[in-house]
Amino acid sequence: MADALLPPQFSDLEPYAKMWCLATEAERYAKRLASTMNEMQAFYDALFPRAEEAIAYLEKFPLYDLPDDARRLLELLYSLIMVSFPVEIWRQPYIPDTGTSSFELKDEPVP
Amino acid sequence: MKRYPKPPEGSWTEHYPELGTGPVSYESSISPEFYELEREAIFKRAWLNVGRVEQVRRKGSYFTKELAVARTSLIVVRGMDDRIRAFHNTCRHRGNKLVWSDDPRVETSGTCRYFSCKYHGWKYDLDGRCSHVHQEGEFFGIDKANYGLVSVHCEVWQGFIFVNLAEKPSQTLTEFLGPMLTAIDYPFQNMTERFYYRGDIRSNWKVFLDAFQEFYHAPILHGRQNPMMSKPEYQQAGFSALHFQIDGPHRVGSTSGGAGWLLPPDCINPIEGVMRSGLFGPWDTADIGTEGLSPGLNPGKKKGWGLDSFQIFPNFAFIIWEKGWYLTYHYWPTAHNRLVFEANLYFVPARNARERLAHELAATTIKEYALQDCGTLEATQMGLESRAISSFPLGDQEILCRHLNKVVTDWVDDYQRSRAEV
Repeated sequence: MADALLPPQFSDLEPYAKMWCLATEAERYAKRLASTMNEMQAFYDALFPRAEEAIAYLEKFPLYDLPDDARRLLELLYSLIMVSFPVEIWRQPYIPDTGTSSFELKDEPVP
Repeated sequence: MKRYPKPPEGSWTEHYPELGTGPVSYESSISPEFYELEREAIFKRAWLNVGRVEQVRRKGSYFTKELAVARTSLIVVRGMDDRIRAFHNTCRHRGNKLVWSDDPRVETSGTCRYFSCKYHGWKYDLDGRCSHVHQEGEFFGIDKANYGLVSVHCEVWQGFIFVNLAEKPSQTLTEFLGPMLTAIDYPFQNMTERFYYRGDIRSNWKVFLDAFQEFYHAPILHGRQNPMMSKPEYQQAGFSALHFQIDGPHRVGSTSGGAGWLLPPDCINPIEGVMRSGLFGPWDTADIGTEGLSPGLNPGKKKGWGLDSFQIFPNFAFIIWEKGWYLTYHYWPTAHNRLVFEANLYFVPARNARERLAHELAATTIKEYALQDCGTLEATQMGLESRAISSFPLGDQEILCRHLNKVVTDWVDDYQRSRAEV
């Protein structure tokens, strides 16, 4: 696929790549709050069983010099972590009982 | 959940008789008048941690720090002589804030050879000396030597940069930190992969801090997101710390941590098993560059040690974890019922994607927990402000909250006494 975002062996995850390959925590958290539980459950169900294979694939590359498709796969795994909280624990996008408090990640490692 | 032995007096609290065991008042957390006293008595007299040396890595590297509690802004900068200095961020000409970008209320950082005021172009060297007055001939007998930036006492311990706003601090930083803290020698400098969180929360700084220096609340408030804590046997037993210790205005609580790697699958969230990480950090030990337990850690010398939560008076804490990482908390009051909360997680830089993902899960989990605390502590502030109740019982697992409450009162009393004597 000429316009593939992910490494070839993860081509089955391409439908999720456009939505969930997000470089920063702020984008991933915003995407989580803007998604339905069904959308996040589907993404989780597709990626979770492939997570170990994806991590093993990424480990072959130097972290600070990842090819673009591998970097996107890593971002997809960051998004898996983000949606794991609504999917595994909360059963809703928001963290319960947090009111209007803000707690924002202002600086994070790249990638 | 294991219960750990207590001192011979029968409780941690009674081991420190000056703390008493009676109910305490939280008037100091809801009174605007008391907050005004705290600003002078505490925040303008204690040593305050404003950052780490890694934030000013090169000659000319600087950052600004907004200290609303002291109604000032500071510049922290590494000079050409490699010394780190702090100055009030105010131009000597007409008082303009010297270093800021876009929004004068927002902190900034960068690298420069000198500071130049946006207003009339006065310039200052990195050591604070005034080096240039624009149209100097227009002024009347001005001597630049008398117009350097106003310096602030600044000392470094273990890579942590501290300032003291007093004209003449009554203690050096080492004296202030005392024996328990200065016994620590930890390779903080090797943990340079950083996640920096910041929140604006509507609660008193002490009300907020208290939730981060006791774990009594953890199985209840955070029970749902932690399958182990939500087990009936854990809920029944509650939390018990390994060790508590008090040294001057500072304190530490040590716990067994949360050995996720030892738990059966029904006690962890599935993502934790895949990423080998969670609330208590990565499951695999990082190579921190030193052998064995670092000096000063596990001060109670307890078996099964997992973490130390050091609380440095007034508003700074760091937690050092057995697996080789640490995090810091800062509680910066902006009003009697509002604070800026900062949390930083520091790891040895990941060597590969697997390690990086373990860091990501730890950092993401902190936010899930902290936001629940944020909501709850705004609710606590509202409850206290109702003044429906004026005294509150504290349990033995809350000894550190009792201690902070007492130290704050003592410092304010001491300040008022010294004022009365003048």
